Amino acid sequence: MTDMMSPAVSFVRPTVIEQKTPPFRTSGPILWARENLFSSPLNIILTLLSIGAVLWVVPGLVQFMLIDAVWSATSSKDCLADVVKHPVGACWGFVTARFGYLVYGQYPDAERWRVDLFFALEALGIFWILSRKTPFKIAGFAYFFLVFPVVGFILLSGMSSIGLPTVQTHYWGGFLVTIVISTVGIVASLPIGILLALGRRSAMPIARLVSVIMIEFVRGVPLITILFMANVMFPLFVPEGWRPDSLLRVLVGVGFFSAAYMAEAVRGGLQAIPRGQYEAAQALGLGYWQMMIKIILPQALKIVIPNIVNNFIGLFKDTTLVAIVGIFDFLRTIQASLADPNWRTSQMPLAAYLFAALVYFIFCYGMARYAISVERRLATGNRH
Amino acid sequence: MASSQSALSALRPGVLTHENAIEITGMNKWFGSFHVLRDVDLTVKRGERVVICGPSGSGKSTLIRCINRLEEHQQGSIIVDGTELTADVKKIDEIRRDVGMVFQHFNLFPHLTILENLTLAPIWVKKMPKKEADEIAMHYLRRVKIPEQADKYPGQLSGGQQQRVAIARSLCMSPKIMLFDEPTSALDPEMVKEVLDTMVTLAQEGMTMICVTHEMGFARQVASRVIFMDQGQIVEVNTPDEFFKNPQHERTKLFLSQILH
Repeated sequence: MTDMMSPAVSFVRPTVIEQKTPPFRTSGPILWARENLFSSPLNIILTLLSIGAVLWVVPGLVQFMLIDAVWSATSSKDCLADVVKHPVGACWGFVTARFGYLVYGQYPDAERWRVDLFFALEALGIFWILSRKTPFKIAGFAYFFLVFPVVGFILLSGMSSIGLPTVQTHYWGGFLVTIVISTVGIVASLPIGILLALGRRSAMPIARLVSVIMIEFVRGVPLITILFMANVMFPLFVPEGWRPDSLLRVLVGVGFFSAAYMAEAVRGGLQAIPRGQYEAAQALGLGYWQMMIKIILPQALKIVIPNIVNNFIGLFKDTTLVAIVGIFDFLRTIQASLADPNWRTSQMPLAAYLFAALVYFIFCYGMARYAISVERRLATGNRH
Repeated sequence: MASSQSALSALRPGVLTHENAIEITGMNKWFGSFHVLRDVDLTVKRGERVVICGPSGSGKSTLIRCINRLEEHQQGSIIVDGTELTADVKKIDEIRRDVGMVFQHFNLFPHLTILENLTLAPIWVKKMPKKEADEIAMHYLRRVKIPEQADKYPGQLSGGQQQRVAIARSLCMSPKIMLFDEPTSALDPEMVKEVLDTMVTLAQEGMTMICVTHEMGFARQVASRVIFMDQGQIVEVNTPDEFFKNPQHERTKLFLSQILH
């Protein structure tokens, strides 16, 4: 004991201290709740308020959407309280009865299989390139970015030489139009946006100037203005007869609009890459495009996945604005259906808009979840 | 068999065709209005190992970064193995292919595995078949004594291992000249030796090298000449023996007294 008490100048540890278990639990649901929900007075208040809000909203919503709901109807009469003999909630019969119109718009009944096939081909492409386990990834990208757009276009608009009657785009509508616009916007915006971002950081003055003008002009005006320009102004400047289809004009407008935002997201990623990465690539003799494609962009895009997906989600929801220039997207077909005298009751819009919200939510939330899983996967591969 | 034979032939280090590996004459460089390199004249012969030292901000890193055009000089000429560095992009790429560079902060590509880091340039710049590039990469990984790390990512390696990978990455391009920009300055003390050992082996095999470093032990052991720089100028050049025993310039004496305790 006296040895321990006197201040020792030299010390050598003869043995290794074994690992021990911690004296109290460091994981488990109760501890999780204590750390995350009840860690401070403010957090306790917020937790209780949140529980209160859930209890306040959810029962009414369940009552309205499920318990009191009417599941089939041929007109709004079937959804009246006098007819069904109980308080009426959501009239889902409206959605089921108008389902064809909401999905296909005015697309001719006999040709709707083409739209179904289009959806299936798109789903196949998306699954092919997004799923981790599918083989032949390069073929998948070639399919989705080269084959699918051509096949999809021919399928939807028709080609008389192979026996598919032409269906003009003003018959297209509903969910079909929402999917077409957002797919074209998403697929076009990433490559164009990357080129604009590279141009803006380029050493070449011309490339930089063109990119800056393009990005700042598009960012400086609202999407609605671009849609109006595309559909109302543009035809005034071009000769009669040389007037591209109105949906096509909108697609080009939406593509450039989202590309400008994509460019700024990508530029943020490019700026985050250390200069040493550029220098190492250059010192090895890589050319500009090799350096960008192999070294810089893979790292830059990984950093900005959240921003990119944010843009995709924003774009998906912004497609509803095309209704302003007379294109019947999903939301617009719901509104049009509500104007139908057969379906005019004060309850009807509630169910209809709930359904719309649910559809948009499923798609946007799906994109967000997928992005998170990609981030996790990439993060494990390249710890710094 | 055929592929491994061609791989072996690619393993031979690049051969300098000129007696003078690097000839720098009357070179000046400015960062804005700051005169960072002043009237630099330096000739490095084939097989020579030159160590550059000097206080921070003396322009030593900038000097070797000019040799592969990571920095652009504004006056004078730099001739690398008979090719003069100008704005001609083709010539710059040619020189970069022949001149390997190792950085202070390794600059490995974090999104690629070690093997991919090594094979990237041979495959894309030299258009080498992947199999051959893999063989060469594994050969150099064995030489820097970490073949078992081939499938890991840079972030999973220690600093010393990362720097050895960076050296192997340069060697995969069969460079004629190697530039080292403070290769051990960012390393933990325990890892300096493993990197220096790799560099010593390289030097003993006759590689033409320019090293910016403060490792005076390394300079004594392998350098043919030591160059001391201060304020953008070459102040003193000598053999390592004379440089350390009989420094001539006042600035050199002061510097040595500060770093050799």
